[in-house]
Amino acid sequence: MARYSVWSLARNALSYHRDWPRQWRSPELGSAYDVVIVGGGGHGLATAYYLAKEHGVTNVAVLEKGWLGGGNTGRNTTIVRSNYLWDESAAIYELALKLWEGLSRDLNYNVMLSQRGVLNLAHSLGDVRAGRRRAEANRLNGVDSEWLDTAGVARVCPILNTSTSLRYPVMGSTWQPRGGTARHDAVAWGYARAADARGVDIIQNCEVTGIRRDSGGAVAGVETTRGLIGTKKVALAAAGHTSVLAAMADVRLPIQSHPLQALVSEPIKPVLDQVVMSGAIHVYVSQSDKGELVIGAGIDSYNSYAQRGSFHVLEHQMASIVELFPIFARLRMMRTWAGIVDTCPDASPIVSKTPVPGLYINGGWGTGGFKSTPGSGVVFAHTIAKDAPHPINAPFSLDRFTTGALIDEHGAAAVAH
Amino acid sequence: MSDDRTQDCRLPEGGLIDRSRRIRFRFNGAWMDGHPGDTLASALLANGVHLVGRSMKYHRPRGIMAAGAEDPGGLVQRGLHDEPARTDPDWRATQTALVDGLEAYTVGAWPSLDRDAGAVLGLASRVMGAGFYYKIMHGSRWMWEHVHEPLIRKAAGFGVCPDQPDPDVYDHRHVHCEVLVVGGGPAGLAAAGAAARSGARVILAEQDERLGGSLLGRRRAIDGQGGVDWAAAMEARLRASPDVRLLPRTTVFGYHDNNYLVALERVTDHLGLGPAPPGRPRQRLWHIRAKRVVLATGAHERPLVFGDNDRPGIMLAGAAQTYLHRWAVLPGRDVVLFTTNDRAYEAALDLHAAGARIHAIVDSREAPGAALPAAARAAGIRVMTGYVVGGTSGVRHVTGASVMKLGADGRASPHALDTLPCDLLLVSGGLSPVVHLFSQSGGKLRYDDGRAAFVPDRSVQALANAGACNGTFDLAGCLAEGAAAGAEATRLAGSDPGAPRTAFSVDEPAAAAIKPLWRVRPALVQDHAWGQPFVDFQNDTTAHDIRQAVREGFESVEHVKRYTLTGFGTDQGKTANINAIGIQAEALGRPIPEVGTTTFRPPYTPVTFAAMAGRDRGERLDPARLTAIHDRHVALGAAFEDVGQWKRPWYYPRPGETMHQAVARECRAAREAVGVLDASTLGKIDIQGPDAAEFLNRVYTNAWSKLEVGRVRYGVMCREDGMVFDDGTTARIDDTRYLMTTTTGNAAAVLDHLEEYLQTEWPDLRVRLTSVTEQWATVSIAGPKAGSLMARLASGQDLSPAAFAFMSWRPATVAGLNARVFRISFTGELQYEINVPWHQGGALWDAVMRAGTGLGVTPYGTETMHVLRAEKGFIIVGQETDGTQTPIDLGMDWIVSKKKPDFIGKRSFTRSDTARADRRHLVGLLPKDKRQVFPEGSQIVETGATRGTKPVPMLGYVSSAYWSPALDSGFALALVAGGRGRFGDTVAVALPSGEQPAVICDPVMLDKEGARRDGHAA
Amino acid sequence: MLLIECPWCGPREEPEFHYGGQAHVARPADPAALSDAEWAEYVFMRDNTKGPFAERWCHSAGCRRWFNVLRDTVSHRVLAVYRMGEAPPEGPR
Repeated sequence: MARYSVWSLARNALSYHRDWPRQWRSPELGSAYDVVIVGGGGHGLATAYYLAKEHGVTNVAVLEKGWLGGGNTGRNTTIVRSNYLWDESAAIYELALKLWEGLSRDLNYNVMLSQRGVLNLAHSLGDVRAGRRRAEANRLNGVDSEWLDTAGVARVCPILNTSTSLRYPVMGSTWQPRGGTARHDAVAWGYARAADARGVDIIQNCEVTGIRRDSGGAVAGVETTRGLIGTKKVALAAAGHTSVLAAMADVRLPIQSHPLQALVSEPIKPVLDQVVMSGAIHVYVSQSDKGELVIGAGIDSYNSYAQRGSFHVLEHQMASIVELFPIFARLRMMRTWAGIVDTCPDASPIVSKTPVPGLYINGGWGTGGFKSTPGSGVVFAHTIAKDAPHPINAPFSLDRFTTGALIDEHGAAAVAH
Repeated sequence: MSDDRTQDCRLPEGGLIDRSRRIRFRFNGAWMDGHPGDTLASALLANGVHLVGRSMKYHRPRGIMAAGAEDPGGLVQRGLHDEPARTDPDWRATQTALVDGLEAYTVGAWPSLDRDAGAVLGLASRVMGAGFYYKIMHGSRWMWEHVHEPLIRKAAGFGVCPDQPDPDVYDHRHVHCEVLVVGGGPAGLAAAGAAARSGARVILAEQDERLGGSLLGRRRAIDGQGGVDWAAAMEARLRASPDVRLLPRTTVFGYHDNNYLVALERVTDHLGLGPAPPGRPRQRLWHIRAKRVVLATGAHERPLVFGDNDRPGIMLAGAAQTYLHRWAVLPGRDVVLFTTNDRAYEAALDLHAAGARIHAIVDSREAPGAALPAAARAAGIRVMTGYVVGGTSGVRHVTGASVMKLGADGRASPHALDTLPCDLLLVSGGLSPVVHLFSQSGGKLRYDDGRAAFVPDRSVQALANAGACNGTFDLAGCLAEGAAAGAEATRLAGSDPGAPRTAFSVDEPAAAAIKPLWRVRPALVQDHAWGQPFVDFQNDTTAHDIRQAVREGFESVEHVKRYTLTGFGTDQGKTANINAIGIQAEALGRPIPEVGTTTFRPPYTPVTFAAMAGRDRGERLDPARLTAIHDRHVALGAAFEDVGQWKRPWYYPRPGETMHQAVARECRAAREAVGVLDASTLGKIDIQGPDAAEFLNRVYTNAWSKLEVGRVRYGVMCREDGMVFDDGTTARIDDTRYLMTTTTGNAAAVLDHLEEYLQTEWPDLRVRLTSVTEQWATVSIAGPKAGSLMARLASGQDLSPAAFAFMSWRPATVAGLNARVFRISFTGELQYEINVPWHQGGALWDAVMRAGTGLGVTPYGTETMHVLRAEKGFIIVGQETDGTQTPIDLGMDWIVSKKKPDFIGKRSFTRSDTARADRRHLVGLLPKDKRQVFPEGSQIVETGATRGTKPVPMLGYVSSAYWSPALDSGFALALVAGGRGRFGDTVAVALPSGEQPAVICDPVMLDKEGARRDGHAA
Repeated sequence: MLLIECPWCGPREEPEFHYGGQAHVARPADPAALSDAEWAEYVFMRDNTKGPFAERWCHSAGCRRWFNVLRDTVSHRVLAVYRMGEAPPEGPR
């Protein structure tokens, strides 16, 4: 892999950038691989990278039905944080965040991690209780998280409306300074380039149409739009289509796919330095390095594979944003889009072996997929290489829905007295 | 810039402007004149101002290139100094109606637009190729965080956010119609004309303030009538038609499922600065459900890609023609036209007729059409076929165009044949149909070689395309297609349009086919010698960037877009994307259809946040629900708490009291005298039917078959996963009727849950449910003197504990009101809950307060209620539960029937994890230091655990914690692993300041024997 | 925004409705007889069909009736609407 540096940039500028090598090859599809990863997004590419880097497994193909990073990797609101409630969640997201912090250097690719800090606002006494509980649990789990009262929130983010006249006033917030955002496309490209350099074959425009199994029921290969590939290990990392792919091997999942919409404003000069999230009124916002406000909301209620949602959801989200930030009222929405999120009943992912030998699943991340990318890649690669889960993803097994050991990250429900 | 600009470039006559009035406006501090009918762009051009802004990356001078929504360059900040609360960033000059006093300002240029220090970045442009930032700045996190990223952020953005709230009002409208016509150009007008007077409801939406579309910018006659007059006559006819709604200044920006379209109407910006006239919103967002849609959205002219093609004074040919005809502005006097098609010749001819000098028409085709080139030659204009413009000169304004011969290999000869002087370089790369809405609707596009454009192919919604957006570029065709589409839509929507007129007499020169030219490729020497060939004028993406991206392996059109940022600007690539696709196709050596387009994402043009919010702001973000007694609480000075949508009194501070003091006083009153609580917000569900008891058996964990009429029982309901969902009491009203209460926040969810099971699982059960939450107001009185108070309120009726059993109810006359009185207790005290019809709640409250005089009657709020119930170990759903607790976890196995074979959630209790003995149990927790009230949410650990390494194992957490006047101590409820087996153990509450010891105990801390609930205070 | 035809009230806008997920998942008659895995199948496992999908909606801001909808999860097109207890028109479940 040709290293990127100031010097290589200067050298290439002299030749008008004509001599840059491809960032990843466009290889011929092989007939057999040790591991076939389905899904060329952040998770699939990270898994391939860590399989090669940590486990020396390089005879790997990553199959992408469209273009790299064209699914949820390129459609999320780029938020990175690890302040989850339960120990199991904190462990996997904190692993990810630690990896994020070294990722640009590791990949020799600037993924533009921007640790601007994340506020999760509380708007009711119940929110306050749940927020403090989470911040305290985070602290003991080694996650940088603290509780801010309303005045503290105003100090961190002075443009936020912290007046008591708000319909649901800001009553405090958790604050994770190490949280922030990253450049989503660069994550896919950076991992692709690094995995490719270690010998992984990245195959775009190759859709998986079936999973072959041997007489014992174990994985024997995958059928694709570009032919049959022999393999004993198939790893699914195709957010938005997890159920569809699992069904090819007769594996049933507790996953439902929903639209999740997001939008950006026109670019403006820097005005918001933090990531601000409000679960209670369903909105989150940050400002990108391009100057756009990046705004997300809750998922649409119905099942969908359409990558589009309903307009009233966006309207509600904008009503919330102008309440929290009255100075944003005249800004303008420039572009909207949607992804398909695979949600689990406990709002936690499945990173697990399956009842089918040789079939591994990484999915159901809901809205947590992007931020978990490096951590998910590490533990999923381990699970595939060792045919056994890493201690960190062991709790995220498919089996938990049978035993009842759910990891319920919906957060404490609204107080109901 | 001097202060005396005098519309030098305005022609003495013509144009659709009102010359009788002058409008004064300011641009970057300089005062100028314009007229009503002007846009900011036309007025600037009338004053000879071409340099309007600076580009994002290299700070190159940029001017106005187009006349409409597609203009990438003319972005200004409106009202920055004069109207700070109403300032608008990223405002497009071409779509800004000129009003008196308008102030426009260029953001991002320093110290001035003319002399922008940022232009030094242009020198670094050779380094700053596509995606350069991914390749550097990855080595040092510190440098990235403290130097590089702040620099990048500072450079971004064209405008500034207002620093104060927006004072304006925005509205929503929801309408249905049979036929929605989008676009008021010739095709749209013809369509609406065909649909009008048929009985169908017709809406015509046009983004411009004037109907007419392309007719306003060209000289055309329809049926012998001037195009402008034809449009005006058509508008008059439509205005006079019943059932036709004309919406000018209204941009349809989104096309969603089931013919649901959204449009933004700009209602008042064009009327002047300052607040909107009374009663009118600034903008109105229309939600339109249409049976049929006719899209007549026109086409955008594309620029050409050649060296330094971005200088101010380089303008789309059709735009210049529009400025000339619509606004009587001559945007230049020395003109060169560079074109790939016949249509653009008209612009040169019109400018020539208006007095400009046309130095040459440079046509990349060897064989242009006949009529228009002949007309040009006849006018004495030099027509150069087989030539291109390869580069330009000038700094802040174009001064010359370098013309080159196009070789047979498609490359331009290396040396400029000639450099033609010009102050206006017109460009035309052909037309791109505006297929944005069609594409949003799910319609598929196909690439049409003849038109060199993507045109609509297959549609999936009830729509038709008409006119230029359909690839029909000739006027007669537009009119015929529009009229036919309007008539057909009307017919399909169920009305009779009559026979549409589809033949229109139009004088229009014949135009030969376009030959696309995606970029000018100089031969032999390197491309770069001829300057930067821009593709996206906002993001400074060049043809080189696109080719570099392809070389680096970015082969998908989406990858190239993202890597080079093409089409990411406020114009969303309206002019850039097609050229980028052409250049990419060439670099890949693939045909354009194989490259395809990127997705057309809503909105078509940007939409104000506040317009999206509409009236759902402030109190209306989520209307508050208030009880019938609310005004009494306000009068008493209550502090309120949001519980779900309800406002509930939290506590009632007396003057000078802190919350702590108020709550302590309220607690003492309830424990020592009598407290009063407004309990109206609890959810109430009337359950009727012969199978009601069986229904309750299935939804609650305990047994209901034997509950007698007049009795009340507490119940817990779970979801199928076995976790507690809600709790409350249910009373048997008569043989087949029950009244269920739910928690306040869950009332709607519980009703949904019950209805779901009733209708979908057990339709055989004869049961009906009705929410009666707002039929009954509830006043709860509790305390040792509650009996005396009740006696005063219900004189002549014996409601004493002896005569009125705990957990029963009875009808009674209370303070003269017909009431249901329930003897239940959430406080541990003797307690009555008095229910009266909702509207009598206030009267009941007043009567209670009056009758309680002398008994120490004291209103208490939710905080005191929490303390009182916690002292008794009663849970609050959502506080002691978070969706992960079974009733057994909460120590409530007494409420889980062992006899019932089934109820919702029962089966889940025996799953291996759910049956574990070391699950977290509800316990009490007493601080060793009695003064301590732990923050709720604090985590509990083994003593000394926080001295170890992280992660620190956590036993559980504090769910509730209060000061108890009755115990004279702080206390808490907590969920602790295996906690029921650890009563008496000391654990640590891990506060940020350090561990605090506490002892695990029974959650019931007061009056375990329950004497107080019958009024026997200890 | 979906346009859903309530079988009792006629076509209404999506915000009037509450989504109820996959249709025709019957609650087991005797949960106690099921293994943990069989019980989990009922509680958590659901089809997540790409294409025509039989699902439930409740007209919660209208008649409050639950009913079934056959809807394509790719095109969002409503293919059929039918009442509780009725079988889906034909084809996929």
